[in-house]
Amino acid sequence: MNQKRQFTARRFAFSSFFFTGVTGLASFLIIAMLALILGNILYNGMGALSWRFITGGTQQDMFDVNKAGVLPMVFGTAARVILMTLFVLPIGVITAIYLTEYASGHTGITRFIRGAVSNLAGVPSIVFGLFGLGFFIHFVGQNMDSLLRPDDPKPLWGKEAILWASLTLAVMTLPVVIVATEEALRAIPQGLREGSLALGATKLQTIVRIVLPQALPGIMTGGILAVSRAAGEVAPILMTGAAYYMASLPRSLTDKFMDLGYHVFILSTQSPNIEQTRPILYATVIVLLLLTFALNFVAILVRAHMRKQMRLFA
Amino acid sequence: MQLNTSTSRTWLAIRRGHRARPAEWLAEKLIFLVSLSAILTVFLIFIFVGREALPIFLGKMNSSLVGKVIPPEEMDKLTPEALRKYLDLTEAQFKEMDRETMKLLMELKVETADEAPKDKDAAVNTTAWRYLIFPYQWSDYEKPVSIWQPISQIPKYNIAPLIIGSIKTTLIALLFSVPLAIGASIFVSQLAPVRLREIIKPAIELLAGVPSVVLGFFALIVMASVLQDIFGYESRLNAFVAGIALGLAVIPVVFSISEDALTSVPRSYTQAALALGSSRWEAAWKIVLPAALPGILAAVILGFGRAIGETMVVLMASGNASIVSWNIFDSTRTITATIAAEVLEAVVGGPHYRMLFMTGALLFLVTFVSNLVSEIVIHRLKHRMEGKVA
Repeated sequence: MNQKRQFTARRFAFSSFFFTGVTGLASFLIIAMLALILGNILYNGMGALSWRFITGGTQQDMFDVNKAGVLPMVFGTAARVILMTLFVLPIGVITAIYLTEYASGHTGITRFIRGAVSNLAGVPSIVFGLFGLGFFIHFVGQNMDSLLRPDDPKPLWGKEAILWASLTLAVMTLPVVIVATEEALRAIPQGLREGSLALGATKLQTIVRIVLPQALPGIMTGGILAVSRAAGEVAPILMTGAAYYMASLPRSLTDKFMDLGYHVFILSTQSPNIEQTRPILYATVIVLLLLTFALNFVAILVRAHMRKQMRLFA
Repeated sequence: MQLNTSTSRTWLAIRRGHRARPAEWLAEKLIFLVSLSAILTVFLIFIFVGREALPIFLGKMNSSLVGKVIPPEEMDKLTPEALRKYLDLTEAQFKEMDRETMKLLMELKVETADEAPKDKDAAVNTTAWRYLIFPYQWSDYEKPVSIWQPISQIPKYNIAPLIIGSIKTTLIALLFSVPLAIGASIFVSQLAPVRLREIIKPAIELLAGVPSVVLGFFALIVMASVLQDIFGYESRLNAFVAGIALGLAVIPVVFSISEDALTSVPRSYTQAALALGSSRWEAAWKIVLPAALPGILAAVILGFGRAIGETMVVLMASGNASIVSWNIFDSTRTITATIAAEVLEAVVGGPHYRMLFMTGALLFLVTFVSNLVSEIVIHRLKHRMEGKVA
């Protein structure tokens, strides 16, 4: 390392100096833009951020600076994300277990499935929204209505609801969970499985008691990444369950809900007086950013911890 | 390969366990079923987005306003099924209705047919392919136009303005983000001191964590005015503003993939180049970059998929006027923004609804193919890199 530094220092190349500057400038520009965005948001929003704002409801007027609060939106976002986790985590983890522990990794079918799953990750969120609308609401929901309550013309299931929004998000984040879990499972030394089997444990026992506990941090990372991606996502819930305004918190799975990201959209595009509502808008953005960044941060910490553990094994 | 498939059925060569333990067998079947259902959803997406769009693709939809009108007196001559179809009712609605309401509906149909415009436009099936793509001479326009106007007396569904809008904003986003992201990835992976690298990488990853609605908000509230002051264009919200904001969403995608590709080039390449007397930049530019080029290409393709599929940024910052224009400072409407803004207002199963699903299916197809291409490219690159090291 030391020798190399001496070597490059001796032979000064202008092109090297120049292009290091240019590419460094590109990196600097990106970070400057990020800093500008975050700085602008913090500068304009901190004033309106208060405990009352976070814990206040919007029973009064959601455009009134002194009365508006984001509790219903925080609740709605949290509820849809938690529901989504309940759907996506078991299914994603089990699918990953099947792909790594049971299915053979080299057959055409598993490769095809892996390809399909990772391809799903790049499909635009709005397409998932259309899927949620066409499949969950208009197919599953309406059929449930005509099967379960054929006498009632008013749809209960066949309309936008927090359940369908969560399910749509669950389908959207399925690849994130599957890929992260698969990675975690594959990182576990084969010797652990062999040791367990050699001591007489069955395959299922090995998976449940040896493999899964070891993979837990990785699975959690996947779950948190899925949650942080879903928490900020607006396009798919726009058409599957988000409400412009609701007088009360959602009480059942078939209720619509207010959402932080969607509320940012409403406040920036449909506000009666954009200058007056600006403080609420900025404060709402801060709450949304805090939520997603905190989730990302936890994911990074968990992953770093996992890497350290990995090194102990090796 | 053949050998592999036959042996892999036994896991670590223990086969007996399965038959001996029913619980084990059951669990395995359950796991298989759950993962099967997860994988089936992937295909359900194809099916359910495609299903709604199919009548348009096949040209089976008819949105013409001049249809056959049946006088209400002849109601009893129709079979119930034909009557239901004629009145555009779902089966549940049909069961609900009594004879009188249906008769009223039939009279209403006659009335609307009387009131419908009598010009040639009314007879046009605006969901036929040639009206979707090519300009058409509508009677109240001076020259043939391509126009998306689903809410009007004669709904017009020409997708040319939307496609041009999507391509325009995507190109601006890529022109803005790709040089920055690739430059940064070269810097971080090849030229930067380790300590700086540890700062830049997480910072750009932080940008990936910013929700797109926040980028859209920032473009709409702050960037639009600032850029208008600088460039002095007319409409505050336009393809340029949306493209720049979109670029911010694309940067982390392109950066992380291309950084991965550059780092996957073995260190020995750089070391050899340096040993032969090249400078750091020469080693990065002439040795590492060409080796990682397919990966960088894949990064750009993925960035394209991300940009063309992004919804909230363009919905908020592009101005949403559907005009056919390649001027980047004109207000623009993209496919994604159109779907998000209109799908809840469209009548389920109607031509407008199906048109929106059709554009969604197009989008799905485009992003799926671009993902597939970049996946294959990355896979090959990895293979080659690993092959050469060994």
